[in-house]
Amino acid sequence: MILTEEKTLLLKSDADLQALYKAILKSKEKNSEKIFICAGGGCIASGSKKVKEAFVKQIQSAGLNEKVSIMETGCLGPCAIGPVVVIEKDDTFYQKVRAQDVKDIVEQHLIGGKVVESLLHPVGENKVAKKSELPFFKNQDKQVLRNCGKIDPTEIKDYISCGGYQALSKVLTSMSSEQVVQEVSISGLRGRGGAGFPTGTKWNFARKSIDETKYILCNADEGDPGAFMDRSILEGDPHSIIEGMAIGAFAIGSSQGYVYVRAEYPLAVERLQIAIEQARSFGLIGENILGTGFNLDLEIRKGSGAFVCGEETALITSIEGNRGEPRPRPPFPAEKGLWNKPTVLNNVETFSNIPFLINVGGAKFAEKGTEKSKGTKIFALAGTVKISGLVEVPVGTPLRKLVYDIGGGISTSKKFKAAQIGGPSGGCIPAEHLDVPLDYESLNKLGAIMGSGGLIVMDESNCMVDVARFFLEFVQDESCGKCVPCREGTARMKQIVDRICEGKGEMKDLEELELLAITVTNSSLCGLGQTAPNPVLSTLRHFKEEYIEHIRDKKCRTAVCKELIVFEILDVCNGCQACKKVCPVEAILGDKKQQHIINTELCIRCGLCLSTCKFDAIVKY
Amino acid sequence: MAKVEKCSCGSDDEGLMDRLVEIIFSFKDKPGALIPVLQATQSLFGFIPQEAILKISEILNEPLSKVHGVITFYSFFSLKPRGKNLIRVCLGTACYVQGANEVLTALKQQLDIEIGETTPDKMFTLDVGRCFGACGLAPIIMVNDDVHQWVKPSGVKKILTGYKNKKVVNQEEGK
Repeated sequence: MILTEEKTLLLKSDADLQALYKAILKSKEKNSEKIFICAGGGCIASGSKKVKEAFVKQIQSAGLNEKVSIMETGCLGPCAIGPVVVIEKDDTFYQKVRAQDVKDIVEQHLIGGKVVESLLHPVGENKVAKKSELPFFKNQDKQVLRNCGKIDPTEIKDYISCGGYQALSKVLTSMSSEQVVQEVSISGLRGRGGAGFPTGTKWNFARKSIDETKYILCNADEGDPGAFMDRSILEGDPHSIIEGMAIGAFAIGSSQGYVYVRAEYPLAVERLQIAIEQARSFGLIGENILGTGFNLDLEIRKGSGAFVCGEETALITSIEGNRGEPRPRPPFPAEKGLWNKPTVLNNVETFSNIPFLINVGGAKFAEKGTEKSKGTKIFALAGTVKISGLVEVPVGTPLRKLVYDIGGGISTSKKFKAAQIGGPSGGCIPAEHLDVPLDYESLNKLGAIMGSGGLIVMDESNCMVDVARFFLEFVQDESCGKCVPCREGTARMKQIVDRICEGKGEMKDLEELELLAITVTNSSLCGLGQTAPNPVLSTLRHFKEEYIEHIRDKKCRTAVCKELIVFEILDVCNGCQACKKVCPVEAILGDKKQQHIINTELCIRCGLCLSTCKFDAIVKY
Repeated sequence: MAKVEKCSCGSDDEGLMDRLVEIIFSFKDKPGALIPVLQATQSLFGFIPQEAILKISEILNEPLSKVHGVITFYSFFSLKPRGKNLIRVCLGTACYVQGANEVLTALKQQLDIEIGETTPDKMFTLDVGRCFGACGLAPIIMVNDDVHQWVKPSGVKKILTGYKNKKVVNQEEGK
């Protein structure tokens, strides 16, 4: 039996797994040159499917089918310059590839041996060909994302060829549940969902709970706006999550797991479903896994568009078929969780760390990071940065390195103003703290949190009062409404900030905001409410001057807050009448070929005139 | 878990209801069945009809008040029929700082409807989303399952025309 040719293969022991692993590696030796085409969500949106079709066609017509194989992989990281393609043999990295570029790649590079310069990524004045030499990649440390970009996420054999399921086999055949928990505790791994609770401690609580039925849950309800780390792992390396969950299930004594994936991620759901079915048919989940007597089944439950279901107890309540409202703790889920049974819930990234951790050992894992925060962290770099995308660095890496060395700096002509980190529970780091190490404690000191990893870079065109208002609006939308402090408290905070943005604020509003924030933080039922005031507190702390300008001077220095903007038509106006025609309230006066003027009393500040004018004759301030 | 596709066979409502009843029974013994059943209903009909709510309540033995409570809690469920194309403008942080509000304004103007409303010709429903995880390509709008990236207010008309003509605008021209 040629193992590698079997579509499915029931592995009944560790020996079977090792035999398959060796067979796959051997078959790869004779294998063809690979072309990796990123099929992460971002590159798919940018058109990578058409690029793949073009490669299939060109490889065929060049007669290279035996020599070259095409692989669609998970997210490589730099979404902003996609679709991206990597030529394995010489590590060439191509950016912004279109279907019409593929002929050149095949003829000039694969056949002719010469890279296509126009598709290389520029670094300063030069173009860099090798992926490993690009600042975006060489400054990262891919541990959790080790397989993304190198394997076909819909092919379990690819995962196995990279050492996949070795950790699970090691755990099931040679470790006790106490030993597994101990290894995770030694590693210092902290939950990657945002709270940073020590994973080993959580597992130990559940392991000690006395109940025959226990549950292991994966929180894939990545709701933080600006975060797409978990999405990329789900789409790019779903087996790492399955393996991590299986190890966790063994450690706590569970035989049933659920992955709660948000409905906004249909591709992630699809890839995870394929992975679960494959793992099942290979005997890596199900009954009597690898002949060890350990059973685990996994099921996907989809979210339905409620941010609050990313909160542990709300997620549990949602799986039970209810409105996703959180519950008071104690009792904690490790004691009484899903259907009142001991339950462990961990984030996608946390589970994805586990196979690697078990393979290298807890002590080795703990060599990276800081004293209190070990390992690496994935960040989703977005906003006004040149290369936005997915980035993995050791915990404790300075913010500056992420924004400038990896992200390439600010994408506009304006200066860095703030990095918003931690989503709606987080805060803004101003320019003077660009060197802050990205670890839990250092960020807490600045009034921010690590959060799940969403990192939005903002330049001088962003109004920080408007940012606070934006997050309060989000929280008001997503608050489940169960407890008064969150439901009413954030509503009152939003009313105050709205007033400030409209130029109707008073100085006493700032004290009232702080007082409300303390009340909401201390008395809300769950993490959503408890952290909802953070964006306000953080912007008040680091950007108080802007609040004062809005109140005292009725001025928004960035011309974002609508009611405070003034639109003006300059002398260069040639009277073409274009703006007059689009103004929805007829606030623009002026005859043809005459200087036009805006009646500021009527102006609703919609901005249509500004976007319509082709002569740069209209400004706002 | 079986994927429930939106029915396009032209079956009448009764045919769909029969299909729904089959689905409800297939989930009946699963713990926490209500939400997967509602998700299947939403997929099948494009919204959750009153008749479906009654059937679900009856077969799953859940009080009507509870079923209604769950439907109205989650933003993915709609009690009203939606348009042929569901537009969701991402107002996540990355999209917001890259101008998503202006894109939303442009869409409102083009379609002449507010958030949550459907155009009179039933072609489009306008809604907002809070992050689809494609932040590297902000600002994003989703039309059904298609992701449109780097959307400018001036580019909105072309995208809408594409759907009116039943063609998807070339993604590569989106930037």
